[in-house]
Amino acid sequence: MKSHTKNTPARYIPSSSPPVDQVGIAERAARFTTRSIKDTTKRAGLNMVLNMIDLTTLEGADTPNKVRQLCYKSCHLHDSIPGLPTTAAVCVYPTFVKIARTALGPHSKVNIASVATAFPSGHATLKQKLEETTQAVGDGADEIDMVISRGKFLSGDYNYVFDEIAAVKEACGKARLKVILETGELGTLDNVRRASDIAIHAGGDFIKTSTGKIASAATIPVTLVMLLAIRDHYFKTGEMVGMKPAGGISKSKLALHYLVMVKETLGPEWLDNRWFRFGASSLANDVLMQVAKLESGHYQAAQYFSKD
Amino acid sequence: MPKKKSAPDWNYAPAPESSSQVNLAKRYDHFIGGKWTPPSNQSYFTSTNPATGKKIAEVADGSPTDVEAAVKAARAAYKGSWGKMSGRERGKYLYRIARLIQERAREFAIIETLDGGKPIREARDIDIPLAANHFFYHAGWADKLDYAFPNQKTAPLGVAGQIIPWNFPFLMAAWKIAPALATGNTVVLKPAETTPLTALKLAELIADAGLPDGVVNIVTGAGETGAAIVNHGDIDKIAFTGSTAVGKLIQKSLAHTEKRLTLELGGKAANIILDDAPIDQAVEGIVNGIYFNQGHVCCAGSRLFVQENVFDEVMWKLKRRMDSLIVGDPLDKNTDIGAINSKAQLKTIQRYIKAGIKDGGEIYQPSCDLPAKGNWCLPTVFTNVAQSSIIAQEEIFGPVLAVQTFRTVPEVIEKANNTPYGLSAGVWSDKGARLFQLTKSLQAGVVWGNTFNQFDPTSPFGGFKESGYGREGGLHGLAAYLNLEFS
Repeated sequence: MKSHTKNTPARYIPSSSPPVDQVGIAERAARFTTRSIKDTTKRAGLNMVLNMIDLTTLEGADTPNKVRQLCYKSCHLHDSIPGLPTTAAVCVYPTFVKIARTALGPHSKVNIASVATAFPSGHATLKQKLEETTQAVGDGADEIDMVISRGKFLSGDYNYVFDEIAAVKEACGKARLKVILETGELGTLDNVRRASDIAIHAGGDFIKTSTGKIASAATIPVTLVMLLAIRDHYFKTGEMVGMKPAGGISKSKLALHYLVMVKETLGPEWLDNRWFRFGASSLANDVLMQVAKLESGHYQAAQYFSKD
Repeated sequence: MPKKKSAPDWNYAPAPESSSQVNLAKRYDHFIGGKWTPPSNQSYFTSTNPATGKKIAEVADGSPTDVEAAVKAARAAYKGSWGKMSGRERGKYLYRIARLIQERAREFAIIETLDGGKPIREARDIDIPLAANHFFYHAGWADKLDYAFPNQKTAPLGVAGQIIPWNFPFLMAAWKIAPALATGNTVVLKPAETTPLTALKLAELIADAGLPDGVVNIVTGAGETGAAIVNHGDIDKIAFTGSTAVGKLIQKSLAHTEKRLTLELGGKAANIILDDAPIDQAVEGIVNGIYFNQGHVCCAGSRLFVQENVFDEVMWKLKRRMDSLIVGDPLDKNTDIGAINSKAQLKTIQRYIKAGIKDGGEIYQPSCDLPAKGNWCLPTVFTNVAQSSIIAQEEIFGPVLAVQTFRTVPEVIEKANNTPYGLSAGVWSDKGARLFQLTKSLQAGVVWGNTFNQFDPTSPFGGFKESGYGREGGLHGLAAYLNLEFS
């Protein structure tokens, strides 16, 4: 197989992942939440959050029309407030990529991300996963959100996981690849770190916490461990890798704490939707409520914001 | 990190804690026998805000006459209702004080920050809650002393003279007063002259709690007031936290007396990073170890030992982390490093930084805008430091870290112990066996494994060698205020 790794060894060496101290991570994570974000910083932060959202619908009950509505919302978050950004992307199942492409048009600022590789379980053959990836990219997806094979990972078959990611990366072509670790199933922060290193070494453009389909999704400590893996990779190679926490981030205040963590861990260069995303469905409306509050001085009721 | 900025820096807008709700008088007298008592010589000194240089309040300057009055009041209370009170009743008062501290936590945190210069985040999240915890913890022991020391008779010592430093003014007051009261002693306490205000506010709170008059007396002043306490004939115990130099003086003056003594003095702690340590968390520990409270911490991890093969990584990460520290207005909720406590201390620290450069150390300080007025010192790290360099030997009591490397564990044990101090140490390793091998060999009263600067009322704290003797906190701390006799 052709290697898609950049300046890194072809295979992952398990002992190369450093240990993670859970207590230390929890303490550092708690510190981010004590930062007080006010005034202009808050306003700028909320705009950044909106611009970093992968507006997501991943339900069995998704319909073409729901996807069209989502696409419209991604470009028109709340038109009564001028100057709002678009979201970074919409995130849909592969079967809806064509519909999203038609709705957004060929040159949209909003990217189309599609989950592939038998999302969310990942239980499929490599052949099926590659086919699904190729189809989604062919239909117009700019980004692919793949899931790793957690069963293989937990059984210690790190090379399988590595090769699978590298193969999907190859199938992505020009599309950027986000690798979902599903950290809620990995058990320990040491495993989160190991899976992050594998995903980065195998060519993932982003590493992503969760599918959002199990109870334990993105948390600040888990995201911190992944950001530190990105930082170490940068220290060693000079290459930037993106980060996407997903699931469980539905409030603006929490999203701002994530930005604090990104800024203080990786630096302001990562505060850009090229390098940082939120996978979320209800976060956008909470941010919009906060923005409206800052603009008008008072809170508006939830029903003034469209639910898509 | 990349030079190209793809996003604005997103710096945090000011988020100052309001001090408008704080109730401070313009002038404070001594608190003696439950009454605010003017100083016998009518003399006052000022306490200033080290972040602005502005005067906050006038405070009574204690003379030997004032100390005499305070000791008399303490003795009277000891012979009176307090000495006769059951442990259960004493416990009630301590619980009440603890709860009142929690109720007024915000006010105390703000005053601590105004008077001492520490960041409001630390005063709010560490100093004040921990002080309340000390009262809660000791309140629980007040009626259980017989169980704390089975088969021994316990009796209080009498009147305790307590002298505390300026780095944790309120926490140290709690640390001293709570065990003394739980064991049935009465107290004459002198806070440091640069930071007397929270101790005086504590006197107000103690009065509100209805503690009998004279059980806690607070006399303010500088070194001479402290000497008057140390040398007073009717005091049964001296508890001192402060510099090693003053500690030695105190020990000399008590040599011919029967007074009990506990000393908690200086330190020059080794923080040891082994190559298998979780490096990112270790870097947090380094920062917390030396930049917590501007480095005004007796147990600060001021000597860093890094195993040679991870030195580059540790330093790259440490410098980046230092770049993210915010130095400035202590009342701002985002400030990480506040003001240096006094002009004099700032000069001392600057003298050491110059000496470090002169000795050939490589200095690193992040670039950070500092306020125009006030006492400020950037977080500082020295690499290429010799074991014999003055900054690796003497306690600086500021945000200055001296880094050395090592190759083997026996080497680092020898270097870490090669100091007159022995208050604390830290070891970072992912391997439990290595951790315990090392911690066993370190001559320090407190050794932290994979963490640093953690404090808890249940855990005894104190030093080896010139860092003092006696323990505070836990059962050891109770014993220091009791006469114990096997029955």
